[in-house]
Amino acid sequence: MINAFLQLAQVGTGATLVQTLLKSFALGSVYVLIALGFVIIFKATQVLNFAAGALSMAGAMFMTILISDGGLPLLPFGNPLAPAEGETASVVLFFVNVLIALALAALLGLVIERLAIRPMVGQPLFAMAVITLGIEIAIRPFNLDATALEGRRLGVPWGASSWNWGDAVVPKSYIVAVIIAAIAGAGVLLFFRTKLGVAMRAVAFDQEAAMAQGINVGRVFAIAWAMGTALAALGAIVYGMAPFPPGGSVSQEIHPLLALRVLPVIVLGGLDSVAGAIYGGLIIATAEVFAGQYLSQWNSTLGSGYSTIVPYLVMLFMLLVKPYGLFGTPEIRRV
Amino acid sequence: MLEVANLEVVYNEVILVLRGLSVQVPDGQIVALLGSNGAGKTTTARAITGLLDVHEGKVTKGSVTWNGAEIGEQLPAKIVESGISQVMEGRRIFGELTVDENLSCGAFTNRANMNANYERVMDLFPQLKERNTQVAGYLSGGEQQMLAIGRALMAEPKLLILDEPSLGLAPMLIEQIRDIIVDINKQGVSVLLIEQNAMMALSIADFGYVMESGKVVMDGPAQKLLNDEDVQEFYLGLHGDGGERKSFRDVKHYKRRKRWLS
Repeated sequence: MINAFLQLAQVGTGATLVQTLLKSFALGSVYVLIALGFVIIFKATQVLNFAAGALSMAGAMFMTILISDGGLPLLPFGNPLAPAEGETASVVLFFVNVLIALALAALLGLVIERLAIRPMVGQPLFAMAVITLGIEIAIRPFNLDATALEGRRLGVPWGASSWNWGDAVVPKSYIVAVIIAAIAGAGVLLFFRTKLGVAMRAVAFDQEAAMAQGINVGRVFAIAWAMGTALAALGAIVYGMAPFPPGGSVSQEIHPLLALRVLPVIVLGGLDSVAGAIYGGLIIATAEVFAGQYLSQWNSTLGSGYSTIVPYLVMLFMLLVKPYGLFGTPEIRRV
Repeated sequence: MLEVANLEVVYNEVILVLRGLSVQVPDGQIVALLGSNGAGKTTTARAITGLLDVHEGKVTKGSVTWNGAEIGEQLPAKIVESGISQVMEGRRIFGELTVDENLSCGAFTNRANMNANYERVMDLFPQLKERNTQVAGYLSGGEQQMLAIGRALMAEPKLLILDEPSLGLAPMLIEQIRDIIVDINKQGVSVLLIEQNAMMALSIADFGYVMESGKVVMDGPAQKLLNDEDVQEFYLGLHGDGGERKSFRDVKHYKRRKRWLS
């Protein structure tokens, strides 16, 4: 019955629909992770972090160095958790390595905050945003140089393997992506209820007043940058898992643009909203994947180009209708 | 006891705002700091609580000591920890946070006694209790001022600096805030009350200072200031003889005690 309907609507079989939905959720998970990184930094510092692309890719680079080269960056000794030559890591070791890579990414975020952002506290936000753009440009060559043309393996233990649910083929990486994003999203939501999370929101609202309460604004900034960078890195690592376009590696062509593709997500969801990042990520990814799956057959002029355009169309529409995004906070002020 | 001695503050390296200000707040007292716009009252508060940096301000001379220790160069967080809290001008509550979250921010440096302090604030301001889960930006002006005071009290200060608590409030609310300040003082908190509303401030203060262009031009027990002709003329709006306004020039005779020796 359902299949008949789907055939009538010319959207292929039920299995195709299930696969497309799942792909949407998986891609949405990647978007959610990176968008959360944007949101945390924006919530604390009011700065849109244009360096997210380079920083997320750097995080994925740390992962490949840990796994496929078996060494810790900048240190002479190797990584005891790295798989032996020619083998893939066990699942547990893989995730431990992911955690180490995230810690390194967080460290990178801390260093950047200390060197480039902290001296700018109190300066115009526009200047800060441009500085993040400079960071992006400064870090990107390192990433490109390190990846080389063919990309670097992430050493995902389950590779591109998948389960079969009835007729539908379900890549394991997609399920992992959804689980990781769910954990990260819940973690961030809980974080904003803690003492530090509330302080972070206070700092975002009124830095001086927050300082007057004894909140250490510098420390809040540092934590926001560490968390934001780590989340962006996690997104890039997840995106490096097999059925995603980079195909199990960090890609020189696809990874640097990943964060840019999250821009419609944060505009749709609202720059300062965790819930917005989550819903926005899922909505944009769904629109993108479905457009790629179904529209490309419908008119061949654009082909797969539909999936590139549709997110930005959604963003444009959103900006016209609700400039603060679905869940963004309009300024609250008593008149 | 807070002691501000010969304080000189410069903004942007050129604008001299405080020129040798000396003020004392003895323990357990309410001290009023009066003055017109631009006299440097808010700058004084910033200098005490370490917030000059944000405004490109610097202490170029003089000192701020709190219970004998110099606090002039310390970070705002350290100063709050040492027992000085400020209620900033214009309330400055976190409008997007709920009432409870605002109070939790106030307790950032004093987590240990948070529950006790929360009870104390709720006892002082029963109105906040009814609205504790509401977004603070939608509170009325009076409630916002109460929240701002409550937030500062969450740090359990020994000295509370109130910068224009009467700003933009209706006369009845001003009276309410005034009574609350007296209550807080009775709990053993010294208060430095910065006000343009001299009548309100002097009616509860033990001692008062009158500031003009960065200096103290007059000081004395609050009662004496209240009865002073010049204070009445310029800060209370009373015109003693015949209701005719005096020329400002004629009145500029009050003592200008040299303070660099104090």
